[in-house]
Amino acid sequence: MAGGKMRYVRDAAAVIRSKNAGPFELTFDLMFTDKAAYDEVRHSITPERIAELYRIPVAHVLKIVHFEPALAVKITIVRPMASGALGETDVYGAQQHAPLFELTY
Amino acid sequence: MMDEIRVLSPTAILGYGFPVASFEEGLRREPHVIAVDGGSTDPGPYYLGAGKSFTQRQAVKRDLQLLIKAALDRRIPLIIGTAGGSGARPHVEWTWEIVEDILNETRQSASVAVIFSDVPKALIVEMIKQGRTSTCGPLEGLTPEVVAAASHVVAQMGVEPFIKALQAGADIILAGRAYDPAAFAALPIMRGFDAGLALHMGKILECAAIAAVPGSGSDCLFGRLQKDSFILEALNPARQCTEMSVAAHTLYEKSDPYLLPGPGGTLDLNSTKFRALPGGRVEVSGTRLVPTPTFTVKLEGARAIGFRTISIAGVRDPIMIDQIDSILAAVRQRVQDNFAELKDYFLQFRCYGKNGVMGDLEPTPNPGHELGIVIECVAESQEVANTICGFARSTLLHHGYPGRKSTAGNLAFPYSPSDFPAGEVFEFCVHHLMELDDPAEIFSMEWRVVK
Repeated sequence: MAGGKMRYVRDAAAVIRSKNAGPFELTFDLMFTDKAAYDEVRHSITPERIAELYRIPVAHVLKIVHFEPALAVKITIVRPMASGALGETDVYGAQQHAPLFELTY
Repeated sequence: MMDEIRVLSPTAILGYGFPVASFEEGLRREPHVIAVDGGSTDPGPYYLGAGKSFTQRQAVKRDLQLLIKAALDRRIPLIIGTAGGSGARPHVEWTWEIVEDILNETRQSASVAVIFSDVPKALIVEMIKQGRTSTCGPLEGLTPEVVAAASHVVAQMGVEPFIKALQAGADIILAGRAYDPAAFAALPIMRGFDAGLALHMGKILECAAIAAVPGSGSDCLFGRLQKDSFILEALNPARQCTEMSVAAHTLYEKSDPYLLPGPGGTLDLNSTKFRALPGGRVEVSGTRLVPTPTFTVKLEGARAIGFRTISIAGVRDPIMIDQIDSILAAVRQRVQDNFAELKDYFLQFRCYGKNGVMGDLEPTPNPGHELGIVIECVAESQEVANTICGFARSTLLHHGYPGRKSTAGNLAFPYSPSDFPAGEVFEFCVHHLMELDDPAEIFSMEWRVVK
């Protein structure tokens, strides 16, 4: 990395959000304001880093997709439980994104 | 064939409302159809399981009054997908009663096609035997036991049942569970427009102005489908569609924005182009529908698992907060000892201010200066749930922990009564794919004519 300085993804992203993708998956969207930031950050978001951040097995990170039309990186993980099951904390899955604020590149 | 077909989407969910000015702006563009989506699995398993709507009757009636009058006045169809939030028979009938009331109160006549999406359990069991069901996401395969336990099982219909109703001359279509874009894409596909573009347009229109900036779930969006592309336009001058807002919407609540599976085929967005047009409009082209070799629909079902009671309290004492985990463990033990004969209940203490929002996913479960505690019990009956929750609450209130200085009571209750019976509890149990021989056959249609 040029200069070797660690930077936070949150400073390059305009949108960081989470939501159910159906009752059994949780999906995160990171959207960037310009193509340069999108290209600079997107390859540093790996299944291993997401697994570490959320303390889940790597196999539970189902998919990471780069979607250029929206300058977005989409991460989908297995929901800790089916939406609304006993022990549920967030039925819509809309407040599970905060750990991504600690992601660096 | 016509050059263009126009679809007006008033709101993201029937009952979420919309400004009359936006709706009238849409009507001025002479839509060929008004379509609205009524549902979502987002609010969780209760609504499908219990047969209740997550929207309120008065809010749905307000929206329907405007939609029905506009459609009947202009002799264009009004199509409602996933009526009543979850689209099972009780949801459809609940919505039908509102439609019927409006037609009678305003002395309007209409032919209403009511399409049900409830799937006979015997058929599902037969399909399991034939190996024609499969999983859809990270869960176990479907079994006859799971099907038997579900209170309602619905299938997401595609455009075919809607087209049947349109061809038979329906003024209003009131449908059970439907693939969200189907209500919007049915008329365009019937008229010969490209199915991939029609469904992609429907996928965006079903959330109405959520795809605009600033986004809103309670404002209108207008779509024009032509031969090789479609154009989206927000109808409120305060909002506009941008390449980014429309493209970003494609990500919403999906796991892969390039491949969007639906009944009968997958939408392929690998070659999709988003292009801004003057006036805050966006043109979308290149989306293709890739048919699947067999026609499959998604099944959804929920089953009852017990009854819930909750109690809400706050803690501000720093000595107690420091040892909250061991205190809660001790209270749990006391509850167990006191009701040794009751084993089959679920008891949980949710600690807001520590890990109440993220549970086990929380990377920093450090308590703040105050905690909100929700005590929850789910048991086989409301009485047992009330008993366990109430006992856990009173035990925690007076529990003597090491170093305690606040000996008058451990909890701050915002309410009297402190405990709330929350009724029956459901969980999603069916979320699977099933093959169909005929895309419309299982979706039974009834005609209801109000004169």
